[in-house]
Amino acid sequence: MTQKAIEFHNISKKFKHAQYYAVDKVNLSIEEGEFITILGSSGSGKTTLLKMVNKLYEPSQGSISLFGEDIANIDSIRLRRKIGYVIQQIGLFPHMTIAQNVATIPKLLQWNKKKINDRVAYLLNLVGLDANDFMNRYPSQLSGGQQQRIGLARALAVDPKIMLLDEPLGAVDAITRLSLQEELLRIHGGLNKTFLLVTHDINEAFKLGSRVVIMNSGKVSQFDTPRNIVANPADEFVYSLIESSRSQEQFWEGLR
Amino acid sequence: MIEYALEYPDKLLYPLLEHIQMLVITLMISLILAAFLTIISIYSRLLSKTLVYFFSVIYAVPSIALFALLIPLTGLGKTTAIIVLVLYNQYVLLRNFLEGLDEVDPAVTEAATGIGMTKMQLLIKIKIPLSKRALFTGIRISVVTTIGIATIAAFINAGGLGSILNDGLRTVNTVKILWGSILAAGLAIVTNTILSKFERKL
Repeated sequence: MTQKAIEFHNISKKFKHAQYYAVDKVNLSIEEGEFITILGSSGSGKTTLLKMVNKLYEPSQGSISLFGEDIANIDSIRLRRKIGYVIQQIGLFPHMTIAQNVATIPKLLQWNKKKINDRVAYLLNLVGLDANDFMNRYPSQLSGGQQQRIGLARALAVDPKIMLLDEPLGAVDAITRLSLQEELLRIHGGLNKTFLLVTHDINEAFKLGSRVVIMNSGKVSQFDTPRNIVANPADEFVYSLIESSRSQEQFWEGLR
Repeated sequence: MIEYALEYPDKLLYPLLEHIQMLVITLMISLILAAFLTIISIYSRLLSKTLVYFFSVIYAVPSIALFALLIPLTGLGKTTAIIVLVLYNQYVLLRNFLEGLDEVDPAVTEAATGIGMTKMQLLIKIKIPLSKRALFTGIRISVVTTIGIATIAAFINAGGLGSILNDGLRTVNTVKILWGSILAAGLAIVTNTILSKFERKL
């Protein structure tokens, strides 16, 4: 049996004072090396699900295991350092240079200087930025797209096996978004890492995901490859999602 | 007025130095205590709220009453004055410190936590450098407040610029009252101006 990278066992989350479950009895099993996208509208619980993987949220019920190990038994700081984390607002540290941003965790882990410098240069090139040019700049001197590339490099710093990406391209313009999607696929393809990416954009979800999790009000509506989902929508919600995307296509066709 | 200063420079200079000494000691103790309380506050929201509330209640007690309350415990003089000043300072410092640290962009905090910083690393490497101006504002306000309240400490024999005022009031000596007022206000204004200039450079 191949090792499962991430497993959600009957996981539920109810926030304090909330009436309903943000995430409701979710069971998922993700293989190593997969690119999983989680698609859902706002309030569907997709971000909550993601944030339970690196313990930013504690589940109310159920458990999550990474490579067979229950994360409840792993110290949250140690766990997070083994998981890459990218968020929509990027959250680069404005008082640090690009190199210092990327080197944050390697420094905390007390890597030696040479190893850190090599790693930073390698990562900047990996995300498509010239290391010599960008290393000593500050985040405010970069465009939104460039900043998110740095966010990605920072998350990859200590070579995590799992990457969590919370709407990483939600705040960049359409053209940058497309090129960054290609970059994500390229980076994923070359590294044999498991990617878990949250998005509310159906095109992005189907384009990037080797399998797609479709969430609706805390529950998983369907979890399958894009092709199977389009061929056999599991319920009304999934069907209407695909239809909405189709009608958009027709709109564009009409403009030809 | 000028003649008085020329004739008895000691009577003005000594209280001024005493006032500054009281200020410096108060500030050092206050900063150490406030830093400690801030650090333990980041581990518990309940504790941080309780501490701010506790010191806000103390802050609401008029200074002269607080001086009087402490006399049976610590007697007259500088020690009592410094205790009271430190207590007042905690409210100003702790509130400003905690609010300043909270104002750091939540996205930055989330990213730092998400990639695996401990609360202490988050505080030292991210929150303090990013809120240094707000933190310094807290210190400046506490310095100016201390200069003001320390004047009242003369009533419990703690010395300082308040003693010139006190003497003036008791003997109805306008020159002394004026000198006391000018020096106390002047010290506060000059200090505030210097610290504000420095603050803008942060």
